[in-house]
Amino acid sequence: MSAVATSAITLAPHRVAAMVLRYLYLLRSSWPRILELVYWPMMQLFVWGFLQLYISQNAGFFARAGGMFIGAVLLWDILFRGQLGFSVSFLEEMWARNLGNLMISPLRPIEFVAALMIMSVVRLAIGMVPVSLLAIAFFGFNIYGMGFALAAFFANLILTSWSVGIVVSGVLLRNGMGAESLAWTLMFVLMPLTCVYYPVATLPAWMQVISWSLPPTYVFEGMRALVITHEFRADLMAQALALNALFFAAAVIAFLALLKSARRQGSLMQSGE
Amino acid sequence: MPTEPAIAVDQLVKVYGATRAVDGISFALEPGSVTGLLGGNGAGKTTTIAMILGLVMPTSGSAKVLGAQMPGQRYQVLHRMNFESPYIDMPHRLTVRQNLNVFGKLYAVEDLRERIADIAAQLELGEFLDRPTGKLSAGQKTRVALAKALINQPDVLLLDEPTASLDPDTADWVRERLERFRKQHGATVLLASHNMSEVERLCERVIMMKRGRIEDDDAPARLLTRYGRATLEEVFLDVARGRGEAREAAQ
Repeated sequence: MSAVATSAITLAPHRVAAMVLRYLYLLRSSWPRILELVYWPMMQLFVWGFLQLYISQNAGFFARAGGMFIGAVLLWDILFRGQLGFSVSFLEEMWARNLGNLMISPLRPIEFVAALMIMSVVRLAIGMVPVSLLAIAFFGFNIYGMGFALAAFFANLILTSWSVGIVVSGVLLRNGMGAESLAWTLMFVLMPLTCVYYPVATLPAWMQVISWSLPPTYVFEGMRALVITHEFRADLMAQALALNALFFAAAVIAFLALLKSARRQGSLMQSGE
Repeated sequence: MPTEPAIAVDQLVKVYGATRAVDGISFALEPGSVTGLLGGNGAGKTTTIAMILGLVMPTSGSAKVLGAQMPGQRYQVLHRMNFESPYIDMPHRLTVRQNLNVFGKLYAVEDLRERIADIAAQLELGEFLDRPTGKLSAGQKTRVALAKALINQPDVLLLDEPTASLDPDTADWVRERLERFRKQHGATVLLASHNMSEVERLCERVIMMKRGRIEDDDAPARLLTRYGRATLEEVFLDVARGRGEAREAAQ
């Protein structure tokens, strides 16, 4: 491996820690940012939780599949909020017009990405832990009762969320703030395709092919299997992990290509549209 | 044995679509020198600095800093460089101390707490060290940006209009601190500016750019003599309006 390539992938923990510290300082200084992390997942929980309560009182299947919707909501929020946590931390640099300072510092792209990944988990924890406790209190749904399955679901979902976050950050670097809306909306493309609230079999045959090419589909199918038949589908998790490895590698390659393109285009010193 | 230049730019070109922002410029800066990059808006100063920093990839030619090719070998030297520009901000919600702490860690500054105390004393940041950076006045923000640019005691310091939008008193104060840093540390400084008195005071060499090309390159005193002018501002206007060649030809 060349010296240049080695230098680009070298990861110094102190620089990753410096960036994490920067985001923690920011969160600590801004209570609206913390409130925002909890507010929306909580709204989602209550809407879907009460809907599930209503349906389960009137339909036999849903009475047996208690927690299916709440489980879907919580897992969807891991996927969506994980990506948002990654992308918003990146956007903070663009909003602050600080990207130029970082890009001329010794911070490597891989260290920047590592710090964003850590922050996505931190932001997710701030939002999801209180909401998961509310799910127990209001609807008797204990997501932690899934045990090892929850760890497998979480690992696969967070990996997908990072892949999407990495690509979005690359597009933002290359195209500036004009692409900001992608950070908020791109994940919603996956929502109907990954079958968050319904089985894959519900989709037309051609859409099922697309659906099975996306790692979160396996997680949501696995969650339904666990809630409805109390069966943990390790095979689905393994397939999701393999797909995630491919998606993550592709996202990193895309990010580096977009960064190179941004250097060619001269967009790293600008933070406008 | 000749010393290797701190910055060596050779036939550097940057093309954006149909525009040649930088058009085949070459220069070399001796270690410890202070050089001014002068030119009107769109002359190519900022693009040149961006290529030296490794932020922009040249279309052709090369830019080397401390012997490292930019941007390919930038990680060999970025820890020995720094940059300040009024067009790049520091995170507004973080206090000055927090910002310096983060950047100090990024640059792996040893004894960071002492270094922050030291630089706060030098740049008189003490009274607002624990205030959010976004709440400071323009002059205070410039001092903080300068503190960030000096936190790692760089061997190569690039400045893009460091005193833009500052009142004369604050601008003079900033120049005095820059001079002091340069003398104490022997850093190489490249300064892009529109402020002629600033360049005259700080720089021992001036590179004048126009439409992406170097129009002239000399010591300020020699430029004044050659153009027969009393101030660099007059020389700048001669170059900007294309009167330099005519004047020299007439002489």
